[in-house]
Amino acid sequence: MSDALGLYNYWIAIFLMMVGFYNVIASGNLVKKLIGLSIFQTSVFLLYITMGKVKDGTAPILGDGYDTFSNPLPHVLILTAIVVGIATTAVGLALVIRIQEHFGTIEEDELIAQEDSP
Amino acid sequence: MIHVVDMTLLAFLAIVAIAVTRMTNLFATSVLTGVYSLLMACIFTVLDAVDVAFTEAAVGAGISTVLFLATLSLTTQREKPQRSPNWKALCVALLTGGALVYGTFDMPHFGDPQAPVHQHVGPHYIGVSPTQIGVPNMVTSVLASYRGYDTLGETAVIFTACMAVLLLLQHEKRRDEQSTVEEKPDKEAMAHAMILRVQSKFFIPLILLFGLYVQFHGDFGPGGGFQAGVIFAAGIILYSLVNGLDKARQIIPPNVLHGLVAFGLLLYAGTGLASLFMDGNFLQYRALAEEATHGEHIGILLIELGVGITVATVMTSMFFSFSGRRRS
Repeated sequence: MSDALGLYNYWIAIFLMMVGFYNVIASGNLVKKLIGLSIFQTSVFLLYITMGKVKDGTAPILGDGYDTFSNPLPHVLILTAIVVGIATTAVGLALVIRIQEHFGTIEEDELIAQEDSP
Repeated sequence: MIHVVDMTLLAFLAIVAIAVTRMTNLFATSVLTGVYSLLMACIFTVLDAVDVAFTEAAVGAGISTVLFLATLSLTTQREKPQRSPNWKALCVALLTGGALVYGTFDMPHFGDPQAPVHQHVGPHYIGVSPTQIGVPNMVTSVLASYRGYDTLGETAVIFTACMAVLLLLQHEKRRDEQSTVEEKPDKEAMAHAMILRVQSKFFIPLILLFGLYVQFHGDFGPGGGFQAGVIFAAGIILYSLVNGLDKARQIIPPNVLHGLVAFGLLLYAGTGLASLFMDGNFLQYRALAEEATHGEHIGILLIELGVGITVATVMTSMFFSFSGRRRS
Protein backbone atom coordinates (compact mmCIF):
# COMPACT_ATOMS: atom_id res chain seq x y z
CA MET A 1 0.00 0.00 0.00
CA SER A 2 2.78 2.41 0.89
CA ASP A 3 4.34 1.48 -2.45
CA ALA A 4 1.17 2.48 -4.26
CA LEU A 5 0.98 5.81 -2.41
CA GLY A 6 4.66 6.56 -2.85
CA LEU A 7 4.89 5.61 -6.51
CA TYR A 8 1.46 6.76 -7.73
CA ASN A 9 2.83 9.95 -9.29
CA TYR A 10 5.45 8.05 -11.28
CA TRP A 11 2.83 5.62 -12.55
CA ILE A 12 0.59 8.40 -13.76
CA ALA A 13 3.59 10.06 -15.41
CA ILE A 14 4.36 6.77 -17.17
CA PHE A 15 0.71 6.34 -18.14
CA LEU A 16 0.61 9.83 -19.67
CA MET A 17 3.90 9.18 -21.41
CA MET A 18 2.49 6.02 -22.98
CA VAL A 19 -0.73 7.78 -24.01
CA GLY A 20 1.39 10.39 -25.76
CA PHE A 21 3.62 7.69 -27.24
CA TYR A 22 0.60 5.78 -28.55
CA ASN A 23 -0.73 8.95 -30.19
CA VAL A 24 2.60 9.62 -31.85
CA ILE A 25 2.93 6.15 -33.39
CA ALA A 26 -0.71 5.14 -33.96
CA SER A 27 -2.35 8.35 -35.13
CA GLY A 28 -2.17 9.13 -38.84
CA ASN A 29 -2.91 12.84 -38.46
CA LEU A 30 0.16 15.04 -38.09
CA VAL A 31 -1.51 17.55 -35.73
CA LYS A 32 -2.66 14.68 -33.52
CA LYS A 33 0.89 13.34 -33.49
CA LEU A 34 2.14 16.71 -32.24
CA ILE A 35 -0.54 16.76 -29.53
CA GLY A 36 0.70 13.30 -28.52
CA LEU A 37 4.23 14.62 -28.45
CA SER A 38 3.26 17.48 -26.15
CA ILE A 39 1.47 15.05 -23.79
CA PHE A 40 4.65 12.95 -23.76
CA GLN A 41 6.60 16.11 -22.99
CA THR A 42 4.39 17.19 -20.06
CA SER A 43 4.66 13.70 -18.57
CA VAL A 44 8.42 14.22 -18.32
CA PHE A 45 7.77 17.57 -16.63
CA LEU A 46 5.53 15.81 -14.11
CA LEU A 47 8.22 13.21 -13.41
CA TYR A 48 10.85 15.88 -12.68
CA ILE A 49 8.60 18.01 -10.49
CA THR A 50 7.51 14.92 -8.55
CA MET A 51 11.14 14.12 -7.80
CA GLY A 52 11.75 17.66 -6.59
CA LYS A 53 8.98 17.52 -3.95
CA VAL A 54 10.07 17.16 -0.32
CA LYS A 55 7.61 15.99 2.33
CA ASP A 56 6.30 18.93 4.41
CA GLY A 57 8.34 21.25 2.21
CA THR A 58 7.18 24.51 0.72
CA ALA A 59 7.84 26.43 -2.48
CA PRO A 60 11.53 27.40 -2.65
CA ILE A 61 11.00 31.06 -1.78
CA LEU A 62 12.51 32.38 1.45
CA GLY A 63 9.99 33.48 4.03
CA ASP A 64 9.71 33.80 7.79
CA GLY A 65 8.80 30.56 9.50
CA TYR A 66 9.77 28.20 6.67
CA ASP A 67 12.90 26.15 6.62
CA THR A 68 12.04 23.06 4.57
CA PHE A 69 12.01 23.74 0.85
CA SER A 70 11.37 21.58 -2.17
CA ASN A 71 14.32 21.22 -4.49
CA PRO A 72 14.55 24.28 -6.78
CA LEU A 73 16.78 22.61 -9.37
CA PRO A 74 14.12 20.47 -11.15
CA HIS A 75 11.87 23.54 -11.15
CA VAL A 76 14.47 25.56 -13.03
CA LEU A 77 15.07 22.80 -15.57
CA ILE A 78 11.37 22.30 -16.28
CA LEU A 79 10.46 25.99 -16.28
CA THR A 80 12.79 26.63 -19.19
CA ALA A 81 11.89 23.31 -20.84
CA ILE A 82 8.21 24.32 -21.05
CA VAL A 83 8.98 27.49 -22.97
CA VAL A 84 11.51 25.72 -25.20
CA GLY A 85 8.88 22.98 -25.70
CA ILE A 86 6.25 25.36 -27.05
CA ALA A 87 8.83 27.03 -29.31
CA THR A 88 9.81 23.68 -30.85
CA THR A 89 6.16 22.57 -31.09
CA ALA A 90 5.52 25.77 -33.05
CA VAL A 91 8.25 24.75 -35.51
CA GLY A 92 6.49 21.39 -35.89
CA LEU A 93 3.14 23.10 -36.50
CA ALA A 94 4.73 25.41 -39.09
CA LEU A 95 6.04 22.31 -40.90
CA VAL A 96 2.55 20.78 -40.77
CA ILE A 97 1.12 23.93 -42.40
CA ARG A 98 3.72 23.75 -45.17
CA ILE A 99 2.98 20.05 -45.73
CA GLN A 100 -0.73 20.84 -45.99
CA GLU A 101 -0.04 23.59 -48.53
CA HIS A 102 2.22 21.38 -50.62
CA PHE A 103 0.39 18.05 -50.53
CA GLY A 104 -3.14 19.12 -49.64
CA THR A 105 -3.35 16.67 -46.75
CA ILE A 106 -1.83 16.00 -43.33
CA GLU A 107 -2.88 12.35 -43.09
CA GLU A 108 0.11 10.08 -43.11
CA ASP A 109 -1.35 7.32 -45.34
CA GLU A 110 -2.45 9.81 -47.99
CA LEU A 111 0.99 11.42 -47.95
CA ILE A 112 2.64 8.02 -48.46
CA ALA A 113 0.19 7.20 -51.27
CA GLN A 114 1.09 10.48 -53.02
CA GLU A 115 4.78 9.74 -52.68
CA ASP A 116 4.32 6.30 -54.22
CA SER A 117 2.34 7.46 -57.27
CA PRO A 118 4.19 10.38 -58.82
CA MET B 1 -4.43 15.76 2.49
CA ILE B 2 -1.88 16.60 -0.17
CA HIS B 3 -2.04 12.98 -1.32
CA VAL B 4 -5.80 13.21 -1.85
CA VAL B 5 -5.61 16.44 -3.88
CA ASP B 6 -2.63 15.16 -5.83
CA MET B 7 -4.25 11.83 -6.65
CA THR B 8 -7.57 13.36 -7.69
CA LEU B 9 -5.93 15.88 -10.01
CA LEU B 10 -3.69 13.20 -11.51
CA ALA B 11 -6.69 10.94 -12.09
CA PHE B 12 -8.43 13.80 -13.93
CA LEU B 13 -5.29 14.28 -15.98
CA ALA B 14 -5.28 10.63 -17.03
CA ILE B 15 -8.96 10.84 -18.03
CA VAL B 16 -8.37 13.97 -20.12
CA ALA B 17 -5.39 12.28 -21.81
CA ILE B 18 -7.58 9.30 -22.78
CA ALA B 19 -10.28 11.64 -24.09
CA VAL B 20 -7.67 13.44 -26.22
CA THR B 21 -6.63 10.11 -27.72
CA ARG B 22 -10.15 8.93 -28.49
CA MET B 23 -11.54 12.10 -30.07
CA THR B 24 -11.29 12.64 -33.79
CA ASN B 25 -12.45 16.24 -33.79
CA LEU B 26 -9.15 18.11 -33.65
CA PHE B 27 -10.77 21.36 -32.55
CA ALA B 28 -12.15 19.70 -29.42
CA THR B 29 -8.84 17.94 -28.90
CA SER B 30 -6.93 21.22 -28.94
CA VAL B 31 -9.28 22.78 -26.40
CA LEU B 32 -8.94 19.67 -24.24
CA THR B 33 -5.16 20.02 -24.27
CA GLY B 34 -5.74 23.47 -22.79
CA VAL B 35 -7.74 21.85 -19.98
CA TYR B 36 -4.97 19.27 -19.62
CA SER B 37 -2.35 21.99 -19.18
CA LEU B 38 -4.44 23.85 -16.63
CA LEU B 39 -4.81 20.64 -14.59
CA MET B 40 -1.08 20.10 -14.90
CA ALA B 41 -0.48 23.64 -13.60
CA CYS B 42 -2.68 22.87 -10.56
CA ILE B 43 -0.63 19.74 -9.87
CA PHE B 44 2.61 21.71 -10.11
CA THR B 45 1.23 24.15 -7.52
CA VAL B 46 0.41 21.27 -5.18
CA LEU B 47 3.94 19.93 -5.69
CA ASP B 48 5.44 23.31 -4.63
CA ALA B 49 6.63 24.25 -8.10
CA VAL B 50 4.86 27.61 -8.28
CA ASP B 51 7.15 29.09 -10.93
CA VAL B 52 6.64 26.07 -13.15
CA ALA B 53 2.87 26.17 -12.61
CA PHE B 54 2.86 29.78 -13.70
CA THR B 55 4.67 28.95 -16.92
CA GLU B 56 2.57 25.88 -17.69
CA ALA B 57 -0.69 27.81 -17.21
CA ALA B 58 0.40 30.65 -19.48
CA VAL B 59 2.07 28.48 -22.13
CA GLY B 60 -0.05 25.33 -22.14
CA ALA B 61 -3.49 26.75 -21.54
CA GLY B 62 -2.82 29.99 -23.41
CA ILE B 63 -0.28 30.19 -26.21
CA SER B 64 -0.08 26.55 -27.24
CA THR B 65 -3.87 26.22 -27.59
CA VAL B 66 -3.95 29.34 -29.76
CA LEU B 67 -1.13 28.02 -31.97
CA PHE B 68 -2.85 24.65 -32.39
CA LEU B 69 -6.13 26.35 -33.31
CA ALA B 70 -4.32 28.62 -35.79
CA THR B 71 -2.83 25.52 -37.41
CA LEU B 72 -6.24 23.83 -37.59
CA SER B 73 -7.73 26.87 -39.32
CA LEU B 74 -5.07 26.44 -42.03
CA THR B 75 -5.34 22.66 -42.31
CA THR B 76 -8.26 20.49 -41.30
CA GLN B 77 -10.53 20.21 -38.28
CA ARG B 78 -11.17 16.49 -38.51
CA GLU B 79 -8.87 13.59 -38.20
CA LYS B 80 -9.53 10.67 -40.51
CA PRO B 81 -11.32 8.23 -38.20
CA GLN B 82 -9.55 4.96 -37.58
CA ARG B 83 -11.65 1.85 -37.57
CA SER B 84 -10.03 -0.02 -34.73
CA PRO B 85 -7.28 0.77 -32.25
CA ASN B 86 -3.86 0.13 -33.65
CA TRP B 87 -3.03 -3.09 -31.81
CA LYS B 88 0.65 -3.12 -32.69
CA ALA B 89 1.12 0.41 -31.34
CA LEU B 90 -0.92 -0.44 -28.25
CA CYS B 91 1.28 -3.49 -27.57
CA VAL B 92 4.47 -1.44 -27.93
CA ALA B 93 3.09 1.25 -25.59
CA LEU B 94 1.95 -1.35 -23.01
CA LEU B 95 5.29 -3.19 -23.08
CA THR B 96 7.30 0.02 -22.73
CA GLY B 97 4.97 1.24 -19.98
CA GLY B 98 5.23 -2.09 -18.16
CA ALA B 99 9.03 -1.98 -18.27
CA LEU B 100 9.03 1.60 -16.96
CA VAL B 101 6.61 0.73 -14.12
CA TYR B 102 8.87 -2.19 -13.18
CA GLY B 103 11.71 0.34 -13.05
CA THR B 104 9.84 2.60 -10.60
CA PHE B 105 9.96 -0.02 -7.84
CA ASP B 106 13.56 1.05 -7.21
CA MET B 107 12.65 4.74 -7.19
CA PRO B 108 12.60 6.76 -3.96
CA HIS B 109 9.07 7.30 -2.68
CA PHE B 110 7.12 10.51 -3.20
CA GLY B 111 8.45 13.34 -1.00
CA ASP B 112 11.29 11.27 0.48
CA PRO B 113 13.85 13.79 1.80
CA GLN B 114 16.59 11.12 1.56
CA ALA B 115 16.14 10.71 -2.20
CA PRO B 116 19.39 11.03 -4.20
CA VAL B 117 18.09 14.12 -5.99
CA HIS B 118 18.09 15.99 -2.66
CA GLN B 119 21.65 14.98 -1.74
CA HIS B 120 23.57 16.67 -4.52
CA VAL B 121 23.66 20.35 -5.53
CA GLY B 122 20.02 21.06 -4.58
CA PRO B 123 20.62 21.54 -0.84
CA HIS B 124 23.79 23.49 -1.62
CA TYR B 125 21.77 26.01 -3.63
CA ILE B 126 19.16 26.24 -0.86
CA GLY B 127 21.91 26.75 1.74
CA VAL B 128 24.10 29.35 0.07
CA SER B 129 21.74 31.19 -2.28
CA PRO B 130 20.13 33.49 0.36
CA THR B 131 23.50 34.93 1.43
CA GLN B 132 25.45 34.60 -1.82
CA ILE B 133 22.82 35.98 -4.19
CA GLY B 134 20.50 37.72 -1.73
CA VAL B 135 17.33 36.94 -3.69
CA PRO B 136 14.43 35.29 -1.82
CA ASN B 137 13.19 33.23 -4.78
CA MET B 138 15.70 30.41 -5.10
CA VAL B 139 14.32 29.33 -8.46
CA THR B 140 15.27 32.75 -9.84
CA SER B 141 18.74 32.66 -8.32
CA VAL B 142 19.47 29.18 -9.68
CA LEU B 143 17.96 29.99 -13.07
CA ALA B 144 19.65 33.32 -13.59
CA SER B 145 22.88 33.05 -11.65
CA TYR B 146 24.07 29.52 -10.84
CA ARG B 147 22.82 28.05 -14.07
CA GLY B 148 23.03 31.18 -16.20
CA TYR B 149 24.82 29.30 -18.98
CA ASP B 150 21.93 26.85 -19.31
CA THR B 151 19.40 29.64 -19.46
CA LEU B 152 21.43 31.49 -22.09
CA GLY B 153 21.40 28.30 -24.15
CA GLU B 154 17.65 27.87 -23.70
CA THR B 155 17.03 31.46 -24.78
CA ALA B 156 19.16 30.82 -27.85
CA VAL B 157 17.06 27.72 -28.64
CA ILE B 158 13.86 29.79 -28.44
CA PHE B 159 15.45 32.40 -30.71
CA THR B 160 16.44 29.71 -33.22
CA ALA B 161 12.96 28.14 -33.16
CA CYS B 162 11.48 31.56 -33.91
CA MET B 163 13.85 31.95 -36.87
CA ALA B 164 12.77 28.52 -38.14
CA VAL B 165 9.07 29.41 -37.92
CA LEU B 166 9.66 32.73 -39.69
CA LEU B 167 11.63 31.01 -42.46
CA LEU B 168 8.92 28.39 -42.92
CA LEU B 169 5.92 30.71 -42.90
CA GLN B 170 7.07 34.17 -43.93
CA HIS B 171 7.46 34.08 -47.69
CA GLU B 172 4.92 33.67 -50.55
CA LYS B 173 1.21 33.38 -49.67
CA ARG B 174 1.27 36.21 -47.14
CA ARG B 175 -2.12 37.65 -46.54
CA ASP B 176 -1.14 41.31 -46.74
CA GLU B 177 -0.01 40.87 -50.37
CA GLN B 178 -3.56 39.89 -51.24
CA SER B 179 -5.24 42.53 -49.14
CA THR B 180 -5.10 45.11 -51.96
CA VAL B 181 -7.52 42.90 -53.89
CA GLU B 182 -10.03 42.46 -51.11
CA GLU B 183 -10.35 45.79 -49.39
CA LYS B 184 -12.95 44.65 -46.91
CA PRO B 185 -12.10 44.79 -43.21
CA ASP B 186 -10.37 41.88 -41.54
CA LYS B 187 -12.93 39.08 -41.51
CA GLU B 188 -11.23 37.15 -38.78
CA ALA B 189 -11.33 40.05 -36.33
CA MET B 190 -14.00 39.61 -33.70
CA ALA B 191 -14.53 43.27 -32.86
CA HIS B 192 -18.20 42.97 -33.76
CA ALA B 193 -18.78 40.72 -30.75
CA MET B 194 -19.59 43.28 -28.11
CA ILE B 195 -19.05 41.19 -25.00
CA LEU B 196 -15.65 40.14 -26.27
CA ARG B 197 -14.68 43.68 -27.23
CA VAL B 198 -15.62 45.23 -23.89
CA GLN B 199 -14.09 42.38 -21.91
CA SER B 200 -10.85 42.52 -23.82
CA LYS B 201 -10.59 46.29 -23.42
CA PHE B 202 -10.87 45.74 -19.71
CA PHE B 203 -8.52 42.79 -19.49
CA ILE B 204 -5.67 43.62 -21.89
CA PRO B 205 -4.21 46.47 -19.77
CA LEU B 206 -4.47 44.27 -16.69
CA ILE B 207 -2.73 41.38 -18.44
CA LEU B 208 0.10 43.63 -19.62
CA LEU B 209 0.44 45.22 -16.18
CA PHE B 210 0.48 41.79 -14.58
CA GLY B 211 3.16 40.73 -17.07
CA LEU B 212 5.35 43.64 -15.96
CA TYR B 213 4.73 42.79 -12.29
CA VAL B 214 5.73 39.16 -12.87
CA GLN B 215 8.83 40.36 -14.73
CA PHE B 216 10.16 42.66 -12.02
CA HIS B 217 8.86 40.86 -8.96
CA GLY B 218 10.41 37.57 -10.05
CA ASP B 219 13.29 37.96 -7.58
CA PHE B 220 10.96 38.02 -4.60
CA GLY B 221 7.99 35.87 -5.56
CA PRO B 222 7.13 33.38 -8.26
CA GLY B 223 7.83 34.84 -11.66
CA GLY B 224 10.62 35.93 -13.93
CA GLY B 225 11.44 36.54 -17.56
CA PHE B 226 10.00 33.34 -19.01
CA GLN B 227 6.61 33.67 -17.34
CA ALA B 228 6.36 37.42 -17.87
CA GLY B 229 7.26 37.09 -21.54
CA VAL B 230 4.54 34.53 -22.13
CA ILE B 231 1.92 36.55 -20.21
CA PHE B 232 2.82 39.72 -22.08
CA ALA B 233 2.59 37.88 -25.39
CA ALA B 234 -0.81 36.48 -24.37
CA GLY B 235 -2.07 40.05 -23.91
CA ILE B 236 -0.90 41.08 -27.38
CA ILE B 237 -2.32 37.89 -28.93
CA LEU B 238 -5.70 38.56 -27.28
CA TYR B 239 -5.63 42.06 -28.77
CA SER B 240 -4.95 40.79 -32.26
CA LEU B 241 -7.58 38.06 -31.94
CA VAL B 242 -10.21 40.66 -31.12
CA ASN B 243 -9.14 43.56 -33.32
CA GLY B 244 -7.58 41.71 -36.21
CA LEU B 245 -4.00 41.07 -37.20
CA ASP B 246 -3.60 44.22 -39.25
CA LYS B 247 -4.33 46.52 -36.32
CA ALA B 248 -1.97 44.58 -34.10
CA ARG B 249 0.72 44.84 -36.78
CA GLN B 250 0.25 48.61 -36.84
CA ILE B 251 0.92 48.82 -33.13
CA ILE B 252 3.93 46.52 -33.23
CA PRO B 253 5.46 46.60 -36.72
CA PRO B 254 7.07 43.26 -37.66
CA ASN B 255 10.56 44.71 -38.10
CA VAL B 256 10.50 46.19 -34.58
CA LEU B 257 9.26 42.85 -33.30
CA HIS B 258 12.00 40.91 -35.06
CA GLY B 259 14.60 43.38 -33.86
CA LEU B 260 13.47 42.88 -30.26
CA VAL B 261 13.73 39.07 -30.63
CA ALA B 262 17.45 39.49 -31.25
CA PHE B 263 17.82 42.35 -28.76
CA GLY B 264 16.70 40.25 -25.79
CA LEU B 265 19.24 37.54 -26.51
CA LEU B 266 21.97 40.14 -27.12
CA LEU B 267 21.13 41.84 -23.81
CA TYR B 268 21.61 38.50 -22.06
CA ALA B 269 24.89 37.70 -23.78
CA GLY B 270 25.99 41.33 -23.43
CA THR B 271 25.52 41.17 -19.64
CA GLY B 272 27.79 38.13 -19.68
CA LEU B 273 30.39 39.96 -21.74
CA ALA B 274 30.16 43.04 -19.50
CA SER B 275 31.02 40.96 -16.45
CA LEU B 276 33.87 39.43 -18.46
CA PHE B 277 35.32 42.88 -19.17
CA MET B 278 34.89 43.93 -15.53
CA ASP B 279 37.38 41.33 -14.29
CA GLY B 280 34.91 38.52 -13.71
CA ASN B 281 34.08 35.35 -15.58
CA PHE B 282 31.42 35.16 -18.28
CA LEU B 283 28.02 35.75 -16.58
CA GLN B 284 29.67 36.23 -13.16
CA TYR B 285 27.47 39.11 -12.12
CA ARG B 286 29.30 39.86 -8.88
CA ALA B 287 31.86 41.68 -11.00
CA LEU B 288 29.25 44.20 -12.11
CA ALA B 289 29.29 46.22 -8.86
CA GLU B 290 31.48 46.90 -5.85
CA GLU B 291 29.36 44.74 -3.58
CA ALA B 292 28.89 41.12 -4.68
CA THR B 293 25.16 40.79 -3.95
CA HIS B 294 24.48 44.17 -5.55
CA GLY B 295 26.21 42.97 -8.71
CA GLU B 296 24.14 39.79 -8.65
CA HIS B 297 20.95 41.86 -8.41
CA ILE B 298 21.91 43.99 -11.43
CA GLY B 299 22.91 40.93 -13.43
CA ILE B 300 19.72 39.02 -12.64
CA LEU B 301 17.55 42.04 -13.45
CA LEU B 302 19.25 42.53 -16.83
CA ILE B 303 19.24 38.93 -17.97
CA GLU B 304 15.64 38.37 -16.83
CA LEU B 305 14.72 41.45 -18.85
CA GLY B 306 16.54 39.99 -21.85
CA VAL B 307 14.74 36.66 -21.45
CA GLY B 308 11.39 38.44 -21.03
CA ILE B 309 11.84 40.52 -24.19
CA THR B 310 12.95 37.55 -26.29
CA VAL B 311 10.19 35.22 -25.06
CA ALA B 312 7.42 37.82 -25.47
CA THR B 313 8.48 38.82 -28.97
CA VAL B 314 9.15 35.23 -30.08
CA MET B 315 5.67 34.13 -29.00
CA THR B 316 4.07 37.18 -30.62
CA SER B 317 5.91 36.88 -33.92
CA MET B 318 5.18 33.15 -34.05
CA PHE B 319 1.49 33.90 -33.63
CA PHE B 320 1.66 36.66 -36.25
CA SER B 321 3.25 34.38 -38.81
CA PHE B 322 0.75 31.58 -38.10
CA SER B 323 -2.32 33.77 -38.36
CA GLY B 324 -0.90 35.92 -41.17
CA ARG B 325 -0.87 32.99 -43.54
CA ARG B 326 -3.73 32.67 -45.97
CA ARG B 327 -5.69 29.47 -46.18
CA SER B 328 -4.76 27.68 -49.39
